[in-house]
Amino acid sequence: MVAPLLQVKGVSKHFGGFSALSEVSLEVAEGERFGLIGPNGSGKTTLINCVSGALRNEAGSIVFRGEEISRLAAYQRTRRGIARSFQIPRPFHSMSVLENLVVPLGYVVGLNDADAHAEALRILKTIGLADKAQTPSNRLSQVELRKLELARAMAARPRLLISDEAMAGLAGNEVDEVLKILFDLNATGITIIMIEHIMQAVMRFSQRVICLDAGRIICEGTPAGIVKNPDVQRAYLGA
Amino acid sequence: MSFELLLEAIVFGVLLGCFYAAVSIGLSVAFGLLDVPHVAHPAIMVLGSYCTYVLGRYGWDPIVAGIALMPLFFLLGVAIYRFYYESFEKRGSDAGVRGLAFFFGLAFIIEVGLILVFGVDQRMVEAAYIGRSLALGEFRIPWRMVVAFGVALALTAGLTIYLSRTFTGRAIKAVAQDEPALRLMGANPVRIKQWAFGIATGVTALAGAMLIVVGPVEPSLDRVYIGRTFAVVVLAGLGSMTGTLAAGLILGISESIVLMQFGASWAPAVAFGLLLVALGIRPQGLFGR
Amino acid sequence: MKFWIGMAVTVALAAGLALSRTNEYFFYAGFVVLQFVVLATAWNILGGYAGYVNFGTAAFFGIGAYTAVVLFKAAGAPLALQILAAAVISGLLGFGTGLLTLRLRGIFFSIATVAVIFIMETAMVNWRYVGGATGMQLLRPPVMEPFESYTRMLFVTMAILAVIAVSIARYIEVSWIGRGLRAIRDSEEAAECFGVPTLQLKLFACTVSGALMGAAGAAMPMYMSFIEPPSSFSLTYSVSALAMPMIGGTSHWLGPVIGAILLGSVQQIVTVTISNEINVLVVGVLLVVFVVAAPDGVLGLLKKLRWWLRSSR
Repeated sequence: MVAPLLQVKGVSKHFGGFSALSEVSLEVAEGERFGLIGPNGSGKTTLINCVSGALRNEAGSIVFRGEEISRLAAYQRTRRGIARSFQIPRPFHSMSVLENLVVPLGYVVGLNDADAHAEALRILKTIGLADKAQTPSNRLSQVELRKLELARAMAARPRLLISDEAMAGLAGNEVDEVLKILFDLNATGITIIMIEHIMQAVMRFSQRVICLDAGRIICEGTPAGIVKNPDVQRAYLGA
Repeated sequence: MSFELLLEAIVFGVLLGCFYAAVSIGLSVAFGLLDVPHVAHPAIMVLGSYCTYVLGRYGWDPIVAGIALMPLFFLLGVAIYRFYYESFEKRGSDAGVRGLAFFFGLAFIIEVGLILVFGVDQRMVEAAYIGRSLALGEFRIPWRMVVAFGVALALTAGLTIYLSRTFTGRAIKAVAQDEPALRLMGANPVRIKQWAFGIATGVTALAGAMLIVVGPVEPSLDRVYIGRTFAVVVLAGLGSMTGTLAAGLILGISESIVLMQFGASWAPAVAFGLLLVALGIRPQGLFGR
Repeated sequence: MKFWIGMAVTVALAAGLALSRTNEYFFYAGFVVLQFVVLATAWNILGGYAGYVNFGTAAFFGIGAYTAVVLFKAAGAPLALQILAAAVISGLLGFGTGLLTLRLRGIFFSIATVAVIFIMETAMVNWRYVGGATGMQLLRPPVMEPFESYTRMLFVTMAILAVIAVSIARYIEVSWIGRGLRAIRDSEEAAECFGVPTLQLKLFACTVSGALMGAAGAAMPMYMSFIEPPSSFSLTYSVSALAMPMIGGTSHWLGPVIGAILLGSVQQIVTVTISNEINVLVVGVLLVVFVVAAPDGVLGLLKKLRWWLRSSR
């Protein structure tokens, strides 16, 4: 019985009087394609923030590769193999596309200047952004920004990649482009947690799906099973 | 310290504290709710004090002058927010540093401008209630403190009711908590914020009037009030109106006790010390969201 | 390599001028401008590179001055030792301030730096040993060979300090530290998520910045033969140190230098020809104008000019 890559046990998080997460527990196996869905405000991004270290959980534990990481700073968790993309892209806007990748290649992977630049270019080629390498990152289109977010996460050489609504607002063919990138990444052995509102993307991609509502897990199962679940339908349609 | 002295310090501290709360309430809205890095807030208050002083030269009662100045300062607030929004908030990146630098520069210009016009000497106003004390049992409470306390209480209560009962008031609180949702409802967040900033500045005019009632003013007074107002706002928890009153009282009483025990030169340090402690231990404040 | 030649030339030029027959006033004014080069460069390490706005330059500067006085009074220490000690003490002050507030949002750090001015000034006002509120006179050593006057020697010292400050700033800027600081400035949340140890880097920048400001302050008591709290902790230092990089340009080490030379010279001229109060007003107005209209400073304007010239061919 192989230990799961990520174990979230009884995690809770409050903001003032508002309970964003209540006793959330889940497990993600290595190499898995894991989907996380739920209506707006259900706590998906909060959960991701607690795992990546942007927020500290108040209760419960988060174990990654057998190590308790709840007390670690975000940059330490990244160095241990957790990377994330941001829902609203946050590029290093004064830097070029290439330099955006050099940051994690240096600070997470530990490459020197020359190696980092070479590796960054290689990643950009695989993701289709090589011709924009010198472009300032604040001059990219939406889909290019989303790809940069993923490329930057890839540059951190993660074991676990959390993709936070990477496809929101993209057109059909653009969604397919991003989805292909994620599939290819998973094929290289990277575990991926996908948060998405575009249902057909989640269903095509995920092997297992969890649905959150008001800070709690209301359903867990295969994509096909989740879609038919009455609780999930109720959460989204608000009966 | 004897019990009587302590009691007197506390009574004075309550009056002072309520005054501090009223003085900080404009910042509670501008910074606590609207997230504008408004370090020029105390400077505008001192500007209000000097405007009150000028009107006082023509025989105006300071509190009346303060109330009369409120609409003018409301317009000033709207103009400042509009300018800030167009120059910084809209442009996004780097806005934080430049916005801060802008308000710091604005505060500085106001302070130096006041020095150029009025000089560095202290200015005071005269009124029937300044200079006389109310005898309450064993204590002598200066009337000007009582007046400031009354006005402060009315102001704080008024603004709290406005924010929770009126439509625009609730819109202001809404824009602080969930701007995208507000936009979806068809309201224009920028106009609401503009209005809110105007109100915050208008209120500051009256705060300035109270300031010159409570004691003489000089142009550099804004520096120590940066400490006091931010201490109150942080201790209260950003955006909490009732918290502002509680935090003001805490500051007022602590300062009053330190004043009595250690003298005037250490009193300003209380605010800054409280601020640093609050930031270090409980940055979300007592009533923070 | 060009940089080091430039730095060597600067020092040689300063020494050469000091040994020449140039008017004495030039060294009085030149000292002040060079002092601002150090302050502006120091400010920019934290403010321009990392995006954390320090309002309290006066505190670090003032404590540097008072450290120098204490060392001079207690042990008759030579200027070099005073400067070193001042750098250490102000560096520690920067570290402490940072430790308390750099975990929080930028504005709270800025307010905390105002608090530091107050606390330090109040402490010095109440310390009799250094003269308290009225300050004290200092007997500086007579002429310093081979220079004609002590002021000339101070001028050359400040030139060397400026070269050191600029070299440190440039090193930080082009190194991995600089890349990390820039990531913090652009998006601190993303930086933290991509391996940048944000708190450590910010503390480093804050400490180095404070140390350089203290070093700049150390020479002041000797320059004036006098020390007192109001002028040592004058808010003008805070505003100038902020305005100069904003005017010159914050992303490159040359920006603060340009800003300091431009604004410093303007200040000297205005103070002498009009008044000190108007001078101070001019600094504030220029700060606001540049922050609003030319956010990338003079360097940014030059870059735009070059681009415009190139594209209109």
